[in-house]
Amino acid sequence: MKVAVLRFPGTNCEFDTQYAFEKLGHTTELVWHEEETLPEEIDLVVVPGGFSYGDYLRSGSIARFSPVMKAVTAYAQNGGKVLGICNGFQILTEAGLLPGALKRNNNLHFISKHQNLCVINNDNAFLNQCEKGEVLNIPIAHADGNYYIDDDGFKKLEANGQILLRYSDEKGNPVVVNGSVTSIAGVCNEQKNVFGLMPHPERALEAILGSEDGIRMLKGFEV
Amino acid sequence: MTATVNVFLKEGVLDPQGKAAHHALDSLGFEGVSDVRIGKQIILQLDMDDKAKAEAEVKEMCETLLANTVIEDYTIEIA
Repeated sequence: MKVAVLRFPGTNCEFDTQYAFEKLGHTTELVWHEEETLPEEIDLVVVPGGFSYGDYLRSGSIARFSPVMKAVTAYAQNGGKVLGICNGFQILTEAGLLPGALKRNNNLHFISKHQNLCVINNDNAFLNQCEKGEVLNIPIAHADGNYYIDDDGFKKLEANGQILLRYSDEKGNPVVVNGSVTSIAGVCNEQKNVFGLMPHPERALEAILGSEDGIRMLKGFEV
Repeated sequence: MTATVNVFLKEGVLDPQGKAAHHALDSLGFEGVSDVRIGKQIILQLDMDDKAKAEAEVKEMCETLLANTVIEDYTIEIA
């Protein structure tokens, strides 16, 4: 599999993301935000975490207008798979490739810790290696992870199986972490080819570092 | 011409910063505050003469970049 990893000024998870996919045996290529095209014959675009443009105005609001995002939008509209992690999730919502928006955490804190997540839907190209209802342990690190969507939007998400993950306890019961609507930690678009989540699966690849649950998440794209 | 844009979280969307400031005001003994909302003000200097045209242009700026209309409302004043 060939993975394009985007890089904006202020991105800081691009090397972790490359490391993760290369550890799983894939090739990766960094793509600078000024590029107007994506590399040829890629299987996945990852918009990694960080603080693009210093989170000025709103997290992700400036990055979404980078030249490369036009190419990503066209790629996604053609059915190409796109994964946004943390700041990447914020950029994809700002770009309108994913529904909803990410607000400041309710407690105003930057939350950085290992967090249990419950798999809500797995009939998609991302979480197909995980069981529905399974609890994964993945690090989170964000200040603007409070997912908001209005009632109508939420009903659509639920009906279409677009809710990917919820923050949960070790048994899979939802818990309030940052104030997200129904504890949502990740969603996908209606066509199920664009995915976004606040947690960092690329930081959960080695048991010695606390969790290797990220492997199964990222392996989903191989299928 | 100057355009003043105020951007606030929509009614019904919880404003955690406003809530924290409200709580702090309560702790300091300021009574009679029933709600606090925190937003941002963006001031644009415009090289334009036509007020209506300026307003339309700034509205487009708000819809495109300055506000995220999923969660935010905005007002525009042109002077």
